[in-house]
Amino acid sequence: MTSDPSTRTINAWRRENGRVGVRNHVLILPVDDISNAACEAVANNVKGTMAIPHAYGRLQFGEDLELHFRTIIGIGANPNVAAVVVIGIEPEWTKVIVDGIAKTGKPVEGFSIEQKGDFETIRQAGWTAKEYVHWATELQKEECGLTELWVSTKCGESDTTTGLSSCPTVGNMYDKLLPHGLYGCFGETSEITGAEHICEKRAANPEAAEKFMKIWKAYSEDVIFAHQTDDLSDSQPTKGNILGGLTTIEEKALGNLEKIGRTSQYIDAIGPAETPSKGPGLYFMDSSSAAAECVTLMAAGGYVVHTFPTGQGNVVGNPIVPVIKISGNPRTLRTMSEHIDVDVTGVLTREMTIDQAGNALIEMIARTANGRFTAAEALGHREFSMTKLYRSA
Amino acid sequence: MAEIPQLLVHDHDDNVGVVVIEDLKAGTDMLVCVTHDNSTFRLTSNMDVPIGHKVALKDLKTGDTAMKYGEDIGKIIADIKKGDHVHTHNCKTKRW
Repeated sequence: MTSDPSTRTINAWRRENGRVGVRNHVLILPVDDISNAACEAVANNVKGTMAIPHAYGRLQFGEDLELHFRTIIGIGANPNVAAVVVIGIEPEWTKVIVDGIAKTGKPVEGFSIEQKGDFETIRQAGWTAKEYVHWATELQKEECGLTELWVSTKCGESDTTTGLSSCPTVGNMYDKLLPHGLYGCFGETSEITGAEHICEKRAANPEAAEKFMKIWKAYSEDVIFAHQTDDLSDSQPTKGNILGGLTTIEEKALGNLEKIGRTSQYIDAIGPAETPSKGPGLYFMDSSSAAAECVTLMAAGGYVVHTFPTGQGNVVGNPIVPVIKISGNPRTLRTMSEHIDVDVTGVLTREMTIDQAGNALIEMIARTANGRFTAAEALGHREFSMTKLYRSA
Repeated sequence: MAEIPQLLVHDHDDNVGVVVIEDLKAGTDMLVCVTHDNSTFRLTSNMDVPIGHKVALKDLKTGDTAMKYGEDIGKIIADIKKGDHVHTHNCKTKRW
């Protein structure tokens, strides 16, 4: 590979709004849970499309509804998506989603089921979906800069090996690519607990530090202390973390933060599924530490490749974003290597440096962007999990 | 490194290290590597310790602070001998 990441190129799709996408999905996107069946029927009828069913979207209100809309619109707007057919039960919320996605300039059309039924909706939406497939499959890839990508990260089934190998591998990648224009993103608000003071110091400016601490404190007060039964020791670290050797939440958080490297600083702290607005650089996103929810929120924020360090072996994927798994745990590589894209066990045997591991990850990001299926894609992992803030009406 | 280490330590201030091989047996004369500068020393494990779990680098007393990444990761809640397994039975967060 080229040693200078600033001149490294990939072949990818440049979208109407200038963003670079590494996949070319035609999505059949349900506004709500009860439109899943129609979306799946359209996707079954029209090959080359993908429905992404989910569990919510009715009788939500306030901030929770805003997050739902932002997530659905963000997934449709993601540059990995070429065109979108939106189906909802009624026309008004369907139009909210269509209008939100249309701002990107990509083809999008909405259909609503009320007063029509599934059959007629599926028939009409199918015609549009087929047109979109013909159009999208003729789009040509072009040469784009590797650092034009938006690359997010979240680790899962962490253990002590993630803090030693796979997390600092991601950190090394960020230290090398962020200075050349990459957009990065880390989050997992609950898992920063124990190292929040260190995370606060990694802000590039006082405003970002203040926003981060505000998000973290709100989470601690509203979620942890409002709902704790005894202490958080029963869920953070998780049972899997503890089996892997992690003893305390501080130890887990310090390993987690290895993902932002040695020199990288975040320029803003943003809400869940929010699109970064302060230019290239690293962002902290308020997000759940649950793998599928976190990857979904970052995909909705506009990130097109996800880097996922794992110790004990998390298997998560996403419907529209390739999730690259990195592991340094030799037992995990022995027992479940079909899930791992980048093997950094050499870091533990001291046969591979973090610098070399970072380069191996950069190489895998480029190969993935050029079209290589990740392990999660090959194995059909398409977890699309909405974050819900509170009970529906 | 010709010999593969059994235990990795992040920082010189740390008092625990991480087992990075499977099936570590009690009595193993471990090669310990401090990843910060690749310096090494030797330590004998007192117990069978699973991969990913921690071993004490020195004797630790109840109330001491467990150090990893050069940072406080919790309090010691039972006396520990150098070479012993360190985990939830003898170490806990100070937070709650």
